[in-house]
Amino acid sequence: MTGPRTTSPWLSKTAVNGALVLATVYMLFPLVWLLTAATKDAGGLLAGNAFSFEGFDLGGNLSRLADYNDGVYFRWYLNSLLYAGVGALVCSLICVAAGYAFDTYDFRGKEKLFGLVLLGVLVPTTALALPMYLLASEVGVVNTYWAVLIPVLVNPFGVYLSRVFSSGYIPSEALEAARIDGAGELRTFWSIGLRMIMPGFVTVFLFQFTAIWNNFFLPLVMLSDQKLFPLSLGLYAWNSNAHGEPDFYPLVVTGSLLAVVPLVVAFVSLQRHWKAGLTAGSVK
Amino acid sequence: MRARTRAAALLLTPFFVLFTAVMLVPIGYAVWLSLFTEKQSGLGFGGAETVFTGLDNYTAALGDRAFREGFGVLLGYCLFYIPLLLAGALGLALLLDSALARAHRLFQLALFLPHAVPGIIAALIWVYLYTPQLSPVVQAMEAGGIGFDFFSPEGTLPSVVNIALWEWLGYNMVIFYAALQAIDRSVLEAATVDGAGAWRIAFSIKIPLVRASLVMVGLFTVIGSLQLFTEPLILNTGTGSAVTSTWTPNMYAYTAAFDRNDYGLAAAASVLLALTAALLSFGVTRLTGRKPKAARKEKRA
Repeated sequence: MTGPRTTSPWLSKTAVNGALVLATVYMLFPLVWLLTAATKDAGGLLAGNAFSFEGFDLGGNLSRLADYNDGVYFRWYLNSLLYAGVGALVCSLICVAAGYAFDTYDFRGKEKLFGLVLLGVLVPTTALALPMYLLASEVGVVNTYWAVLIPVLVNPFGVYLSRVFSSGYIPSEALEAARIDGAGELRTFWSIGLRMIMPGFVTVFLFQFTAIWNNFFLPLVMLSDQKLFPLSLGLYAWNSNAHGEPDFYPLVVTGSLLAVVPLVVAFVSLQRHWKAGLTAGSVK
Repeated sequence: MRARTRAAALLLTPFFVLFTAVMLVPIGYAVWLSLFTEKQSGLGFGGAETVFTGLDNYTAALGDRAFREGFGVLLGYCLFYIPLLLAGALGLALLLDSALARAHRLFQLALFLPHAVPGIIAALIWVYLYTPQLSPVVQAMEAGGIGFDFFSPEGTLPSVVNIALWEWLGYNMVIFYAALQAIDRSVLEAATVDGAGAWRIAFSIKIPLVRASLVMVGLFTVIGSLQLFTEPLILNTGTGSAVTSTWTPNMYAYTAAFDRNDYGLAAAASVLLALTAALLSFGVTRLTGRKPKAARKEKRA
């Protein structure tokens, strides 16, 4: 915390930035550890300095990762890309359509319906996973791509965000102009509304992509076929083996590093969007 | 006008169909399931039979010490984690918002980054950092004369809280920082002119003005905490830690369903968990007199 008023401004400037640097170190050192640990073999991990590039063998770890079990890791990677990519794309479209409708149209019971959506934000999703599993097994989709893909298409918070974005980004004049030009309602949504709400769309997409990429409980419950696993579940399975066979440690660590990379890249390059999303959710 | 109503219906249908299928129906199904129990007829040769048992599963769950202890763990976790998270995130946001801070974007990004790490991987990293043979942290602590076993019965709660803090501190800090940035600067200038110091401004002006986001973050954190599963699961598998397979209610439900195949009991546990979440949300919103971010943003009334 900052020092009292009486101290010199230089001292409190040091204190403020020093505290921020300390917090940053706490946040970043596990990631640095992940980076250096991924360059070591099992022996190097268990002995020696973890925060160094001693015994550098990232290439060896990567090729073992690619070879193990016919490259099942990269299959998981593709699965994660599929679940998160397709899931987030369709989910954002659905959310934006609903948010746009809530913002643009007036109809009976609108706020009640929107209240239901807001209640959905508060439902603990893990409490739903088990009944969802049992329902899915009755319908016969357990242990298929659909079992993981369908539930992630719903995000009530995404609808809420989309409504906020819609009211912020789409001026009603633009919609009126399109109507006067004779465009139908759906066409207006598709060619005007959707274009204007694009920043909101990207934001919802980013958040949903992350949520699906990080999703663990649902795949754990739904999937038993290794070929369908996303990264999170595959790495979990490997880690469970590692306690008996230390050779799995480098696979888990290097695999974790690769699994983190796309999200870190996304967050670094799309800063504007995640900040916009967090802001829209928080500032009244 | 008809065209507009039709368009609204068309645009809302995909969401509400899916919303019904993956939220409303499972909730109803969970309640239904929780009222039944699979009973082996005779000596178990006749196969299983599903019988209506009313609230028996609920009394069974509530009567099970392991389940009740799970709620005890959650309570301890919340009492430990939530104040740390809120104070930590708000403190960092205030630091960043103070006129003295530098490199705002860089700090925000660095503090936010752990949130990009999947929970399962965050847990894996920290388990490695807790393991004495692997961990430079434990070694450094020992060199400094601090002996702490992250896997011991006393160590489990701090271990899990630390992982959760690492994942969520920066995320919530960004939310608070955004709220602080939205404060009208002239209010702060007026206070400075009146002679208020940094502390006074923080506690008497800034914090009261971001109360709404504090409540929202608090609410979501409580609901998230009730779902605690991934991090303790990793601590449970093979680390020799004191975390049991029924450590949290969520783990209890998972174990009941997939180790014991007792779906009725698992459903009852899930329903009790969801009810707790509902009661808490209701309590929080009531206490603070706010609706959960209702749609006040009307543009075209």
